[in-house]
Amino acid sequence: MVAGENGSVEDPWRRARALMAGLPDGGLNISHEAADRHVAAGRGDVTALRWLGKDGSRRDISFAELAEQSGRFAGFLTSAGVEPGSVVAVLLGRVPELHVAALGALKAGAVVCPLFAAFGPEPIRERLLRGRARVLVTTPQAYRAKVAALRAELPDLDTVLLVGDGAADLEGALDFRAAIGACAPMPPVSTRPEDPALLHFTSGTTGRPKGALHVHEAAVMHAFTGRGVLGLRKGDVYWCTADPGWVTGTSYGIVAPLALGVTSVVDEGEFDPSRWCAILQDEAVTVWYTAPTAIRLLMRAGAEFARSWRYPALRHLASVGEPLTAEAVEWGRAAFGHPFHDTWWQTETGAIMVANAAGADPVPGSMGRPVEGIEAAVVRRDGDRIMPVRDGDLGELALRAGWPSMFRAYLDDDERYRACFVDGWYLSGDLARRDEQGHFWFVGRADDVIKSSGHLIGPFEVERVLMRHPAVAEAGVIGKPDAVAFEIVKAFVVLRPDCNADEAMRRDILAFARRQLGAAVAPKELAFADALPHTRSGKVLRRLLKANETGAPPGDLSTLEGRGQP
Amino acid sequence: MASDMMTQDQARLEVLDSLKSVVPEADAESIDPNTPFRDQLDIDSVDYLNFILTLERRLGVRVPEEDYPQMASLNGAMRWLAGRAYRA
Repeated sequence: MVAGENGSVEDPWRRARALMAGLPDGGLNISHEAADRHVAAGRGDVTALRWLGKDGSRRDISFAELAEQSGRFAGFLTSAGVEPGSVVAVLLGRVPELHVAALGALKAGAVVCPLFAAFGPEPIRERLLRGRARVLVTTPQAYRAKVAALRAELPDLDTVLLVGDGAADLEGALDFRAAIGACAPMPPVSTRPEDPALLHFTSGTTGRPKGALHVHEAAVMHAFTGRGVLGLRKGDVYWCTADPGWVTGTSYGIVAPLALGVTSVVDEGEFDPSRWCAILQDEAVTVWYTAPTAIRLLMRAGAEFARSWRYPALRHLASVGEPLTAEAVEWGRAAFGHPFHDTWWQTETGAIMVANAAGADPVPGSMGRPVEGIEAAVVRRDGDRIMPVRDGDLGELALRAGWPSMFRAYLDDDERYRACFVDGWYLSGDLARRDEQGHFWFVGRADDVIKSSGHLIGPFEVERVLMRHPAVAEAGVIGKPDAVAFEIVKAFVVLRPDCNADEAMRRDILAFARRQLGAAVAPKELAFADALPHTRSGKVLRRLLKANETGAPPGDLSTLEGRGQP
Repeated sequence: MASDMMTQDQARLEVLDSLKSVVPEADAESIDPNTPFRDQLDIDSVDYLNFILTLERRLGVRVPEEDYPQMASLNGAMRWLAGRAYRA
């Protein structure tokens, strides 16, 4: 294999590791890098988080406060008998307690499992169960609506802490503020770089969600790319709009900016074009990392609308989630004075791998080039070998294994983990091309996983819930191309005999799915079908459903069908 | 296009049914008219957009993007519709 653009052989990570302060005895703990080190360096007064409440309230949280509060939570966990390596799940919106809980858990040596607040009870149950979470930090509202009824099914979950008013009234749960207020702050446990730190669930085509496990050393890559790709530097006001329930919200919403000592804007409010433009202006945001769905919603409002505000401080715009069209890249220039820089990575990669980096003009429509230290290639699998394809040809995007934020396991699923690697390379499941200049271009997923509003959704997880509806005989779920969300979840449903395929039934099934799965995962569209296409082994042929929906030529279909699925 | 002023009741019905078409699990009876839909229902950005697009389609109106925040609650949406002419 030819070395990449950055193919110098000296350890590319030596400089990256130098971004970490480390613990006196050689340990590495993300919480120390994110908070305590800044206090030790005399920068405790610097604002770590600038929190903007939904209701217009605001609160600045300094690195010192973050270090102290997370230390108290770590103290609580330790006194509650939570051993290092235990899983602490966090199901919260964008509030400072989320940062406190995540860093506190890491400080105690526990593994943080972020959950998306818009998940319904079913994805939450599945993830808490599979992660064997011992502790959950959430709100009274979410607990009442999504978790309380499941407690009996979650034998490992022995402690629930609630953030917000009304926490004291719920049985089987503790008030987060009161619980940590009673504990003295403790310093970080001296974890090793290879100790587990973060557990992110991601979706596959078949079967249950996979728990991708990351180690403390992932912070090396978060900081390295935060600096090299997003261009973050001290004094920046940085806004990562990703939800903390997903990997971007952790790697680039929590770890990267905090490790680099940068001030982060944390907005509790939901997406709203006026609110967002006003935040960029009023908070003097310098670096903004957002997602294509938000950009496309802003584009609907128009560049002129965005220009009603002023952005003299703004220096860099970046995007992640789905490929950004050339039009969207350029629209950034018209609306904000700077183009959007697309970046590519996955839950499994833990950090940005291919990007249009800060400091250079992006190549509109392209994912960019491999980031420093990363060797990327477009390949074809050939048994237990991989073959690079020629420039311009379609293949699977692969990365030479061994970067610091590479996932170290799928929880309890070694077979699936090993299937991701061939010949020393990680195979991403994304189809791409590389041009002669070395830029990568995203083409599509090699499997049936749906990319919607920046998140991956496993069709199986949705189908399984639809099949529980009493009127549903069979269900097939695909990603339907969408102008705003890239893809939306669309369900095809075969009803049982004697059930009417009418509007009332459509709403009933959708309501059922939304209650179980939540708005982020449930279908946005539902169509009735007389029958679904099947493979010879009897599985629903989603590729054909999708080809029929999009009018894709059958040629595409046969190419994709021939691929081996891990 | 036939233009009529809608009664308050009709407007309420149209807003709620557009919402129910996208968020069918919503209980129309228990919706607080002054609280944003997003604070009482589990809806995301795509749902919110679909709700407005459904309302536009049903009533033959065009809601400009800068007015989207006004549509965020039942009373807000009814206020926006009040006085505008739309399909009967």
